[in-house]
Amino acid sequence: MKTVFPIIMATAFAILVWQMVVSLTGLPRFILPSPLLVMETWWQNRGLILEHLLVTAASVLIGLMIGTLLGIVTAIQLAASQGMLILFRPILVFTQALPVFALAPILTLWLGFGLSSKVAMAVLIIYFPVASSFLDGLLRTPPGYLDLARTMQAQSLGILFHIRIPAAFPSLSSGLRLAAVYAPIGAVIGEWVGSSRGLGYLMLLANGRAKTDLMFAAVLTLGLFAILLHIMIGKLASRLERA
Amino acid sequence: MINLPIPPALAVTFEGHAEFNGVPLFAPIKLVLEAQQWTCLLGGSGTGKSTILRLIAGLDTGANFTGRIYSSDGGQVYERIAYMAQDDLLLPWATVKRNITLGALLRGRKHDNLRLEQLMERIGLTQHANKKPGQLSGGQRQRAALARTLMEDKPVVLLDEPFSALDAKTRMQMQDLAVELLVGRTVLIVTHDPGEASRLAHSIAILSPRGLDLRQPPISSIPRPIDDLGSLEFHASLIRDLMTGES
Repeated sequence: MKTVFPIIMATAFAILVWQMVVSLTGLPRFILPSPLLVMETWWQNRGLILEHLLVTAASVLIGLMIGTLLGIVTAIQLAASQGMLILFRPILVFTQALPVFALAPILTLWLGFGLSSKVAMAVLIIYFPVASSFLDGLLRTPPGYLDLARTMQAQSLGILFHIRIPAAFPSLSSGLRLAAVYAPIGAVIGEWVGSSRGLGYLMLLANGRAKTDLMFAAVLTLGLFAILLHIMIGKLASRLERA
Repeated sequence: MINLPIPPALAVTFEGHAEFNGVPLFAPIKLVLEAQQWTCLLGGSGTGKSTILRLIAGLDTGANFTGRIYSSDGGQVYERIAYMAQDDLLLPWATVKRNITLGALLRGRKHDNLRLEQLMERIGLTQHANKKPGQLSGGQRQRAALARTLMEDKPVVLLDEPFSALDAKTRMQMQDLAVELLVGRTVLIVTHDPGEASRLAHSIAILSPRGLDLRQPPISSIPRPIDDLGSLEFHASLIRDLMTGES
């Protein structure tokens, strides 16, 4: 209750300010629709919005799963082998510096207008924060643990699975939190560049027809979805930290 | 009281000198850890006493060591030591039980369950077996670390300032417990506390840049009582030596 109340107050305040701006400035509805109008449009088009939300959510969630898995596997691979680390770490850093959005048109060209190009976009955007933050954690195991393991004549696989990986879980969870923020951005950019479904497509469509109220409804829906995703991943991440 | 089986007696000799980036860390020394006895390596910070312990344990030190480390039966030394540091090094995500059996886990073997039960019973951790280290007090954590060291069942035990982070009362209790449980093992304890040395050691070596200075504490069984006049006098003489040694 204590956390919900301030959120409701803040939301109510934001809507109030929004309504006041509309009332005081008298901006036309195709520039800034009133909150009431947006709610109304949302309700009238709820079927349409939900349909497009499901498409975006699917590419985000599939991308999140594949990207996280790939990131985890890469980090463990690189941490387990010194040679791989020397060879691939610079590549990882370079690809992280490359703006993934710039690849959106190429991905659409290669993978088409369907779901797969959006999933690929989300995967690319999620892969790097997960892989690099988990790898950082794997390479920063407290040295005392490693000393102790060495005096126990531990096998390197034993050290990896029982010490280095669990010690890196907090780093992995911060990577996951970042990934949850980036994933919807990736999917929506993919939809902007080329698609016939999804909330990103709906926004462009509504914008092109000056249906600003529908665009706002789509943006708000995306925002709610992103917050929900953030909370869910956050719960998962804090469970990882306590594991 | 439960008696834990004791591995065969083993003495260890450390001979040599070390330098750090070309600067001598300690002069050529010979340190003998007599079988089944407590040897205490005493010295100020930066004298290299922890380096000697880490060299015996086969751990990285960053120092350049010339010399040899050998055991009385000719076998490898680093394979037959158990190590305990000032930091308890308990894995925060694992239960007490899992921490104590970490060695077997890391070697991919099954641990000896009977030994584990006896050890936890003896050390008084049975009711904490499934807790995480974060739920334990400082003394209990150090007990768990001692249990993990004993679970390894090695003839040589290396203690690197294991009790210096504890309060005075807990430290005394831990010293008593350690002496009782490590009976029959060859122990090297590194410390900067002359009081600890005069209470626990069968023989004492003071490390300084000039080399090793061997000292003979009162001949009596350890741990010596805290009000034992002989060891109190000896404690005082150690402090005097440490002070004149540094001037």
